[in-house]
Amino acid sequence: MNAVIVIGAGEAGLRAARSLREDGFIGTITVLGQEPHLPYSRPPLSKRALTSEMAFRPLADADTLAAESIDVVLTTRVVAVDTDARVVTTNDGRVRTYTSLIFATGAIPRRLATPGADEVGVHYLRTWDDSMALKGAIIEGSRVVVIGAGFIGLELAAAASKLGASVTVIETLPRVLGRAVPEVLANEVADRHRAAGVTLRLGQTIERLSGSPNGTVVHLEGGDLVIADVVIAGIGAQPETSVAEAAGLVIDNGIAVDGFLRTSAPHVYAIGDACSFPHPLFGDRRVRLESWRNANDHGAFVSSVILGTATTHIGAVPWFWSDQYDGILQVSGMPGDAVQVVERPVERSHLLFHLAADGRLVGASSWGTNKAVSKDIRVAEMLIEARAYPDAAALANPDVNMKSLLADRLETTE
Amino acid sequence: MTESWIDVCAMEDIDAEDVIPFDHGAHTYAVYRSQDGARFYATDGLCTHEHVHLADGLVMGEIIECPKHNGRFNFTTGVGKGVPICENLRTYPVRVANGVVQLQVSAA
Repeated sequence: MNAVIVIGAGEAGLRAARSLREDGFIGTITVLGQEPHLPYSRPPLSKRALTSEMAFRPLADADTLAAESIDVVLTTRVVAVDTDARVVTTNDGRVRTYTSLIFATGAIPRRLATPGADEVGVHYLRTWDDSMALKGAIIEGSRVVVIGAGFIGLELAAAASKLGASVTVIETLPRVLGRAVPEVLANEVADRHRAAGVTLRLGQTIERLSGSPNGTVVHLEGGDLVIADVVIAGIGAQPETSVAEAAGLVIDNGIAVDGFLRTSAPHVYAIGDACSFPHPLFGDRRVRLESWRNANDHGAFVSSVILGTATTHIGAVPWFWSDQYDGILQVSGMPGDAVQVVERPVERSHLLFHLAADGRLVGASSWGTNKAVSKDIRVAEMLIEARAYPDAAALANPDVNMKSLLADRLETTE
Repeated sequence: MTESWIDVCAMEDIDAEDVIPFDHGAHTYAVYRSQDGARFYATDGLCTHEHVHLADGLVMGEIIECPKHNGRFNFTTGVGKGVPICENLRTYPVRVANGVVQLQVSAA
């Protein structure tokens, strides 16, 4: 009997399991998760889970999983994989045999290397329990220091601000959101945080952290001190590759896979945040994406690979969003590959299109409170996927319907 | 139980092959116009998956796509199409009277 084992019970792992069933796989499916919870969606953890009374809700309840014959094993850690014998050993000593193995091990928060960090107690965010610990720690009037002005850091800053905390964000780089977001949008996001009363200390290095009766003391280079009741680090994540690496799989910014999500070992796949893969839309450059969309795309795709129905390489257009305050930030494609930026005037938002040197559309990005901009971002994504060369003047003209730029629409109007 | 027609907007306030949000009482609806511009439809305004506003999503033909998780529904029938959707959308009767789009809601 065929047996698929999935290591990791997150969005990607469960999507792979459920896709296998939907696609007609009739062997056993075992999903091994370290957490005590059934698989759940992580995007709310830095937002709604903190600011509302949102209850824990799994992606699929136990009855649904039982009905789909998906065995989700919780609170269990994989300690070894033998790709020759095709067995997986867990921390309870149990050995399971697979015909196909999927690493969906995700990413883990990068730990703060700052002296004193381990002693004073720093919050990290990855799991539901992390989020609940933070929720319990932040009360109205709390002094919250967020280290890192990336997506997680800024979403947490917005959430803490909404909870009535006094928030300071400390970032080493001179601007928020790093290279992933065009500077013009990043500056707008920064202004929105300032308007909410958040203090941004950019271009600041932290020398050390220390405890005091009055709270945790954050020592900045240059001598400034910031006192905090709660310190949160959001300084990025790294792919969880330890078991894969010990099993001898090739690692290259994550578990290296090919266009069919195959690792360097036969019958072993890696998906989601944990893997890097060659992206056909960007010259087969190896990318690793940490996003909800990518996790789901990979989960669905690996099922088709295992069942032998996949024909083209994985490679949907990268897309992610970040909700902060009443605004939404979206980035589609690879804006960093562009040499020309075109802005399309829209109300209450900025909407940018990113064109490569040869005029190909390679990215689209937006920030603002006008959520209907999502429609234009979605059309841009189709254009990026089609490797289209849309007219820059048409992109910049709000009177030109974005859908009219899609090739199949051009044909139907002729 | 009575059925009542309520005004949504003027016909021209919805582009062909597009959708707008419409709030009435405590309820949010999404009101659609067909690609040829001749027909109007209405569904619940929030995606059955994660309660995202569907009116921010893209309409292609008779399909509305949720802007967050790409769940797809046929807005003329409310039927969801594949993951992550597990529940269909409720649809509501729509008519045009004197150039005004009207929606029929059930009232107790």
